[in-house]
Amino acid sequence: MTLTSITAKPAPEETQTCWSCGSMRASHFCEACGKVQPPAPVDYFTFFGLPRKLNIDVALLDRDFYELSRKLHPDLNARAGSQEQEWSLQQSSRLNDAHRVLKDPIKRTEYLLKLEGVELEEQSKSATEQARVTGQLKKQVVPPDLLEEVFELNMQLEELRAQKKMGEDDPALIEEIGRQKLELEEKHEALLEELKKYWKGWDALIDRQLARQAVSQEERKQVRDKMVDLLNRRNYIRNLVRDVSEVLGD
Amino acid sequence: MSSDRIVGIDLGTTNSLVAYMQGESPVVIPGEDGSNLVPSVVALDQNNQPVIGNTARRFLIETPERAVYSIKRLMGRGVEDIQEELKLFPFRLADDLQPGEVLRIKLGGKTFTPPEISALVLRQLKRNAERYFGAPVTKAVITVPAYFNDAQRQATKDAGRIAGLEVLRLVNEPTAASLAYGLDKKQNGIVAVYDLGGGTFDISILRLHDGIFEVIATNGDTHLGGDDIDNLLITIALDDIQGDLGIDVRRNAEIVQAIRKAVIDAKIVLSSQTSIKLDINLPQGKRYQREITREQFEQLIQPIIDRTIGPVRQALKDAGLKPEQIDEVVLVGGSTRIPKVRALVKQLFNREPHTDLNPDEVVALGAAVQANILSGGSTATENMLLLDVTPLSLGIEVAGGVTDKVILRNSTIPASATQFYTTQVDGQANVAIHVLQGERELAKDCRSLARFDLKGVPPMAAGMPRIEVKFLIDANGILHVSAREQRSGKEAEIQVQPSYGLTDEQVESMILDSFDSAEEDFRQRQVIEARNEAGTILTALEKGKKSPAWGKLTTDEKKRIAKLEGALNAVGNEDDYAAIRKAIEALNQATTHLAELMMDSAVSSVLKGKTMDEVDMGEGPMAPHPVAKAEFE
Repeated sequence: MTLTSITAKPAPEETQTCWSCGSMRASHFCEACGKVQPPAPVDYFTFFGLPRKLNIDVALLDRDFYELSRKLHPDLNARAGSQEQEWSLQQSSRLNDAHRVLKDPIKRTEYLLKLEGVELEEQSKSATEQARVTGQLKKQVVPPDLLEEVFELNMQLEELRAQKKMGEDDPALIEEIGRQKLELEEKHEALLEELKKYWKGWDALIDRQLARQAVSQEERKQVRDKMVDLLNRRNYIRNLVRDVSEVLGD
Repeated sequence: MSSDRIVGIDLGTTNSLVAYMQGESPVVIPGEDGSNLVPSVVALDQNNQPVIGNTARRFLIETPERAVYSIKRLMGRGVEDIQEELKLFPFRLADDLQPGEVLRIKLGGKTFTPPEISALVLRQLKRNAERYFGAPVTKAVITVPAYFNDAQRQATKDAGRIAGLEVLRLVNEPTAASLAYGLDKKQNGIVAVYDLGGGTFDISILRLHDGIFEVIATNGDTHLGGDDIDNLLITIALDDIQGDLGIDVRRNAEIVQAIRKAVIDAKIVLSSQTSIKLDINLPQGKRYQREITREQFEQLIQPIIDRTIGPVRQALKDAGLKPEQIDEVVLVGGSTRIPKVRALVKQLFNREPHTDLNPDEVVALGAAVQANILSGGSTATENMLLLDVTPLSLGIEVAGGVTDKVILRNSTIPASATQFYTTQVDGQANVAIHVLQGERELAKDCRSLARFDLKGVPPMAAGMPRIEVKFLIDANGILHVSAREQRSGKEAEIQVQPSYGLTDEQVESMILDSFDSAEEDFRQRQVIEARNEAGTILTALEKGKKSPAWGKLTTDEKKRIAKLEGALNAVGNEDDYAAIRKAIEALNQATTHLAELMMDSAVSSVLKGKTMDEVDMGEGPMAPHPVAKAEFE
């Protein structure tokens, strides 16, 4: 591991010319001479020249990713000057980060929501673990439609844990928990499809905006909140499935 | 000759190799003994001079306390990590080792860190390449197991620096292998590389498309390989000897090494034969004899090779692929010669694996391909680009001793993550950050990479500072950290305490030592080689003077030859190899005609244009040269 400090360089201006040959440039590398340009502080959508829409043609994204990799990757700039090599490293890591997030439907949605100023409910396993270690109550919202089911399942999990400690297990109970796990997994999958419906709503707003039509804050908030709620439910189920798998030992 | 040619190096647990892209295809550069493999064995001779490779192997048996092998297992590790290793390998740690200190190994009366020992192996490879090219070599691509963590990678890079090599890239071994295979096949599809070497196991799954080699998932075990099979067989032999013959030879390093050699030979033979007889001489005139059948051998090693199944399944799962979606399976590493291993791979992927390339050499060949890409590419590597991944997740310790993952495993590298930190107390000037690597949820179960303090945070109310910390994993898989306090714009000073590894200053001091002598060694070798060559041509000339051809030369020619012969004799004993070479060259030119005349008329047309030293390929020191004649600038 090596440590360097971020040099306090001024944020790159919106220059339009290549630092090397002076031509009008694309944002990441110069179309004319191919030189890597200083990284601009842009979000992942802008990096790929995409509007902030959620329906993305992943095949097209991949194609752009490979094309940009052939320009920005450090291996292809290994003989350049040290400043260019540094830019290549920055640009290429940015490219990989952006591609990784945008190609995944959930990460993409979460990222967009973050850009929209939403802090997603912390439902991660680390939060659960932290709560367990510190003895604090985990900050979590049980989706109302799952309340009853989750209560029942947690009871069964407790029972199974206790049984395992005693070195016995009840095949009927394991089968029952396994069945519920399967159901949860199906629900988890179904929520992705549901999410994609909201994408349409969101993208329609962006289209209107791009066509310079008025979009109210209220409209944005409505779609946004629906997606947040859905993601929280989905994360909750995911963690539940993980807990169950752990107890079942698979 | 360009001085910045880049070589590819496979720094292996058991053997190491250096390769170079010659024209359109990579070739392994042999050593002076003509062997492609340099055993990764280092010993100190009676004069405390390091001896490397095949010559060092003999020390393993004769003076095992002056030799070390499998040092790769200790690279980037702390004393608390290697307790298992110490039970199985005769590593002799320095007596005054402090906890948290970089390991030091005793060799004779001296101690060396693992990077220094690896550097000696690297320097040998560097020399082999320099001898081959007749020019200094200073840049290299070095391969590492895909599953190596940050500390192990950094230690490898340090070893390169100590050896006087600028390490332009660390490439993952299975990925390098895929480059070597992909070169002649330029096709698209999903490839799995199963790499079981001497000390490490890697599995990588790649997508090949239009020259891009994209790793989608990797997994492995950095302490699983042929060594483990050897150790198992040794343990059995030692138990047998105690049980049947009633002697305990466990503390007899010499005998243990002899047993090691015997079981390794047996292991190799069992890949082609169905049984082998062990026969080892023991003290008090006793002998250990035992027959091992392949069937018994396979039963014994089953638990070891089965340990590769978990990583293979995990890699497939991470890649989101089923075994039947894999188009090709490639075998890498000497241990994949074992029929039982091949059978296991075949069963796991339900297809016949590729074994076209020598499993010992394919990684080095791939490293040479990557070196070629880095040096600007050629027709053979045009459009080739490697997109590799980080094998382990990067995390930060958060409250409650939990790991908060910031870069997940199998992320394409370079990759970055930005985290924001703040203070918990008014006026707090330092923020401590603990960086971890691994998949486990709790920090104590992950590999600690470093603890560092952000210092000089401007005095502000608790929670006010906003410290931006950027984590970046570069194309070598090595982490870089940088930090800045955003509100004040002030750079936070980072004070780091790496959990393992050498400091820059330590590496620096190690380099100078070996680098100085390396330069001197190189110069001396040049002189010796030039003198040898001078001897060859002078001997050939003596022969020529006695041949009937001599009489056919004009007086002018004879005079000129005599003058140049005198000139070569004059510089021949000096230390200026350039002058010796110049004199050789001049004499060579002057004797071209003589050389032609000396040849039988039947072959003279073929040899037209040849010089004296080329015509006489007799007993001169140049004759047994195992590689192409050295080229000099």
